[in-house]
Amino acid sequence: MDFSIFLIQLLNALQYGLLLYLVAMGLTLIFGIMGIINLAHGSFYMIGAYMAYALAPLAGGNFFITLVFGLVLAVILGYLLEWAFFSFLYEREHLQQVLMTYGLILVFEEIRSLLVGDDVHGVPIPALLSGSIPLGDVMTYPVYRLFVSGVCLLLALGLYFVFTRTRLGMMIRAGSVNREMVQSLGIDIQFLYRVVFAAGVALAVLAGMIAAPISSVYPGMGNQILIICFVVVVIGGIGSIRGAFFAALLIGLVDTFGKVWLPEASGVLVYVLMALILLWKPSGLFKAGG
Amino acid sequence: MGIDKGKAVFVGLIFLALALYPLVGDSYGIGLINKVMIYAILALSLELLVGSTGLICFGQAAFFGIGAYAAVLLSPEDAAASIWLLLPACVLAAALYALFVGALSLRTKGVYFIMVTLAFAQMAYYVVHDTALGGGSDGIYLYYVPGMDTWLDLGKPLILYFFTLLFLVWTFVFLAILLRSHLGRALAGIRINEQRMLASGFTTYPYKLAAFVTSGGIAGLAGFLFVVQDGFVNPEMLSWHLSGSLLMMIILGGLGHLRGALIGAFAFVFLQEFFKSTAIFGDFAKHWHLGLGLTIILSVAILPKGLIGLPEWVQMRLFGYRNPRQVERADAREDRHS
Repeated sequence: MDFSIFLIQLLNALQYGLLLYLVAMGLTLIFGIMGIINLAHGSFYMIGAYMAYALAPLAGGNFFITLVFGLVLAVILGYLLEWAFFSFLYEREHLQQVLMTYGLILVFEEIRSLLVGDDVHGVPIPALLSGSIPLGDVMTYPVYRLFVSGVCLLLALGLYFVFTRTRLGMMIRAGSVNREMVQSLGIDIQFLYRVVFAAGVALAVLAGMIAAPISSVYPGMGNQILIICFVVVVIGGIGSIRGAFFAALLIGLVDTFGKVWLPEASGVLVYVLMALILLWKPSGLFKAGG
Repeated sequence: MGIDKGKAVFVGLIFLALALYPLVGDSYGIGLINKVMIYAILALSLELLVGSTGLICFGQAAFFGIGAYAAVLLSPEDAAASIWLLLPACVLAAALYALFVGALSLRTKGVYFIMVTLAFAQMAYYVVHDTALGGGSDGIYLYYVPGMDTWLDLGKPLILYFFTLLFLVWTFVFLAILLRSHLGRALAGIRINEQRMLASGFTTYPYKLAAFVTSGGIAGLAGFLFVVQDGFVNPEMLSWHLSGSLLMMIILGGLGHLRGALIGAFAFVFLQEFFKSTAIFGDFAKHWHLGLGLTIILSVAILPKGLIGLPEWVQMRLFGYRNPRQVERADAREDRHS
């Protein structure tokens, strides 16, 4: 393999892995802190991608204004959903959480179908980022993919900072350990959870929106990314933010290079990797909370 | 544990009604009930894991699909396969995959188990979807309906109907006996308190694996029956939507009871048919997932014990008291779950 092709694939792998991390991060947050398995998380990604398509006319075709619109809507959506559905689930068994969020997936898909239809759409790459930079003599790499990686990386660092260095992060971490104790110290845990949930939703929606110009916008996209994110979370260790980061990059590498070297087995490769890692470490690579 | 007469009569009546249904049903109805019975077998197989052992498997559709694909792939292309060979082969294929998945995933617990079983089912889905083996997303057709020499022609809907009913009854009785056996008691112990089981000297892993493989085998049986009825397989049979629907069935019916799986399968399919019906909803029927999704959400919110808990719930709402026998049972249930 030519070095520049290898480099391009490597950049693609990083970009895919980082995007996965953004979605898996929301899943980890909601599970690790609130103790809820949210199957509907993939739907938020799908909603984000459709927002990038459907909100574009409202924003005058400017991709960045669309992003802002979408994020505001995502936070509102997350806040309302937590209030309407998820706040009932904290005390329930995992099984009932699985079911209710499964019901939500069906509802989201149909609402999407009612509002936007079932067609596959494309979202144009914003003009500002539509160029490409040369790699080697003949190869080029699109700027937009670098932009996606950059955004994901910045968000990852930002979240890490919020969690480990700020008061808000401290309260959230404390809430994940002992909900009642935090509450009795005078912190409004319910509000805190709502914020965390809204942030998780916003992350998935943002991931969907910035992914839209790269992958097309299609109905089943939410479910596909959800399952891969499950693999990420399982490999990384459930509830571990650091684990999710490394696992997402690992999956990105395996998936991208799998498609190059073993195209016929690429769909299965990630799951084989998961099986091997579980054989070796049944509870994932990293401990929860790390 | 003895057999509760009321429950036995209730289940017996269901089977009797199923046996008598062809007297009144048309060919569409017979086909539909046949399909529901296959789902009921599948739901029963999942109930063994979720309700009886406390293992929440979110990948049951994979075993169903593998049984079905085995039926098509192992059939010769130019003649009907003998059911004596094909049926055990399908069950074996599904059970073998269950052995592989179970051996790995049972090393994990709780939420992990849910996600891992889901991921393994997805793996099987991609194998049949992406490789030449499974014929891609279109699936494969079965050209000759497998038979038993010449006297049992499963191509005839009525014969297939009773054949399926026979297996439904067999599955139900088999599981009822299994749950009352040594193995069943051990599984109940694992569901209630695995730590205590371990502490009292049980190695729980082989028991869980046995339950997992048995469940997979029964799901393979359901897959075989499905192929015989429909004559084709496609990757959607392994999709996680089916796994989710199956979980929904057993929860809608009432977890922890075999008859819950039975009732749940019927209730779920009828709900689906209801929301799909263009006579009631007109053009909106193509958005039937919306109604189904909302029903799922509502039933989780209102009826956490499933349809089996419905009489108790109505009694509470209407009369504000609970039958003392039921209170006792409810307490026993609480105890089981703690």
